[in-house]
Amino acid sequence: MFGNASRVSAVFTKELIQMRRDRLTFAMMIMIPIVQLILFGYAINLDPKNLPTAVVAEEQTPIVRSILQGLKVSGYYDIILETDDPHKSNELFASGQAVFLVHIPSGFSERLVRGDRPQILIEADASDPAAASNAVARAETIVNRALRHHLKGPLAFLNAAPEPADVIIQSRYNPEAITQYNIVPGLLGVILTMTLVMITSVAMTREVERGTLENLLAMPAKPAEVMIGKITPYVGVGAVQVIIVLLTARYLFDVPFQGTLSTLTFGVTLFIIANLSVGFTFSTIARTQMQAIQMTFFFFLPSLLLSGFMFPFRGMPHWAQWIGEALPLTHFLRIVRGVMLKGGSLIELQMEFLALAAFILAAGTVALLRYQRTLD
Amino acid sequence: MSAAAIDVYGLVKCFGNKVAVDGVDLKMPEGQVWGFLGPNGSGKTTTIRMICGLLTADEGGGQCLGFDIRKDANLIKQATGYMTQKFSFWEDLTIRENLAFVARLYRMPRMGRKIDETLEGLGLSQRQNQLAGSLSGGWKQRLALAAVTMHSPRLLLLDEPTAGVDPQARRDFWDEIHLLSSKGLTVLVSTHYMDEAERCDAIVYLAHGKLITQGPVHDIIDKAGLFSFRLVGEGVRELTEAFRGQSGVDHAAYYGNALYISGRNRNALEQAIRDVAPDHVTAEEVKPTLEDVFIELMEQAGTDKRMHG
Repeated sequence: MFGNASRVSAVFTKELIQMRRDRLTFAMMIMIPIVQLILFGYAINLDPKNLPTAVVAEEQTPIVRSILQGLKVSGYYDIILETDDPHKSNELFASGQAVFLVHIPSGFSERLVRGDRPQILIEADASDPAAASNAVARAETIVNRALRHHLKGPLAFLNAAPEPADVIIQSRYNPEAITQYNIVPGLLGVILTMTLVMITSVAMTREVERGTLENLLAMPAKPAEVMIGKITPYVGVGAVQVIIVLLTARYLFDVPFQGTLSTLTFGVTLFIIANLSVGFTFSTIARTQMQAIQMTFFFFLPSLLLSGFMFPFRGMPHWAQWIGEALPLTHFLRIVRGVMLKGGSLIELQMEFLALAAFILAAGTVALLRYQRTLD
Repeated sequence: MSAAAIDVYGLVKCFGNKVAVDGVDLKMPEGQVWGFLGPNGSGKTTTIRMICGLLTADEGGGQCLGFDIRKDANLIKQATGYMTQKFSFWEDLTIRENLAFVARLYRMPRMGRKIDETLEGLGLSQRQNQLAGSLSGGWKQRLALAAVTMHSPRLLLLDEPTAGVDPQARRDFWDEIHLLSSKGLTVLVSTHYMDEAERCDAIVYLAHGKLITQGPVHDIIDKAGLFSFRLVGEGVRELTEAFRGQSGVDHAAYYGNALYISGRNRNALEQAIRDVAPDHVTAEEVKPTLEDVFIELMEQAGTDKRMHG
């Protein structure tokens, strides 16, 4: 027997009423699917196009022009810099602003015409192996198709050869394209985001739920004092997590560590504080611990999907990249991958550090303003 | 410094479009124990919170212990102890840890000794390492009182401190309050219990966010202009409803084997007794109780008109 139907319906009705009263939960139930579908349905792209590319062309000839044109037209390469100075382009590449470095040596056109099958070097940033793979796979075809337009009339005989130019592809930073090298440092950021935002948001909401916040506010503790005191223990929690992940990365997954520990420590510290201030902000908005956890997930999902952790950042449409830029995980991923895989320095990654600092400033201000108004 | 511990005027506080407190003036001298009375939702808690700087008044202002309630909230917090309606210490901390936390927030000198003394005064030295959550209701209230007085405040604001506490614990609690008061502490305590109100030097009565009356208990009873009769005899309880329907009878209640009726017109009451009570019931005039007066005041205040569109 299932029992009495009218009692079942009494519980059912009560449940519906309570569901409707809890506005935030209700909004989350509707919002999460909508946001996920729209955001991720459009934003996630496993065949990333328009990847930023730096070109070092040692000569300027019609043939070189049509190669670059061909790269552009293919849709995979977005040429953001054209220079004859290898230092400039290398800088862009090292800081992660360019995913490809195309190198066309001097004398290329002449040797092509002679039928020497000259070389073009394309260096790919393989710190995220998935991001570049399609563009890399098609590079040779794209270059040679562009060349064939030129090889007409007296040069038509060159078309008979297998391919008029030799496209050399070099993967840098993770030449074997080992996925773990990309994922494990990224996981450090993901783990920190999830646990720290949740712990802090719940820690403060618990005081509201149990009525102890009123007591705290009645005593002479300033909002900043409470906030710093509440957040600091969790900085320690974050530090322990960092040590665990880094040791695992080193001894279990053999992830290389090219950069300096101090740069990474600085980045990790900023990132932990950024997450804690998000958690603290949530805790001043949420009325119950349940709501705090829901808000954490609402923050965590885009962090996971739009930061470049799961899917190539450059493959997303621009609006999604803008959202991604607003998330601390995006910048932290660039720092941690930059330091561990590329040996990136503080200077090369300065934009990411600045972005994290700006985020902390904004979230911290909101948290403090909200906290002051909690009782009013 | 003025001799008034609390001197506030025109306090107004709205939550959304609901006016919780509507123009309350309060002037309370130092060293007294005042009772803060009124029905649930009358604005007592909100007023207390405005006085101790937890809430900012929308309108009005004034002083608490000589500090401006708008500008000097932090100084007021240093010098007052506020005990919330619900037990609001940390149930997952031990008794000692709770006291230590409070002591450190107030940056008390010689903390360890102060905590020991407080524990001893409470009689909780033996149980200091027990979690606060494991204490019974009465003990929780005593712990809370000890915690909010540990920093030697000059003013104590207690929000329904004895709600849900047994009579013995309630009496002990009040003995403690009088002891503190004798040491010069000013105490404002909100309550629903009439016996507690009668332990106060003066009471303030709030209804629908407005201050209705204030003064010593006997003054308030005299001022009310209320008359009461006590009816004894077989079957008086069954007359309660009949009396309620009579004009001139504002209040009829049966307790202690007698029926009490009260109203503002003695002649009308006497007429009602003649009309309703059978001959074997004897009636005598008695002094109205504070409860009679409050029910009268509540009826005069009418329905809650604080909702605004």
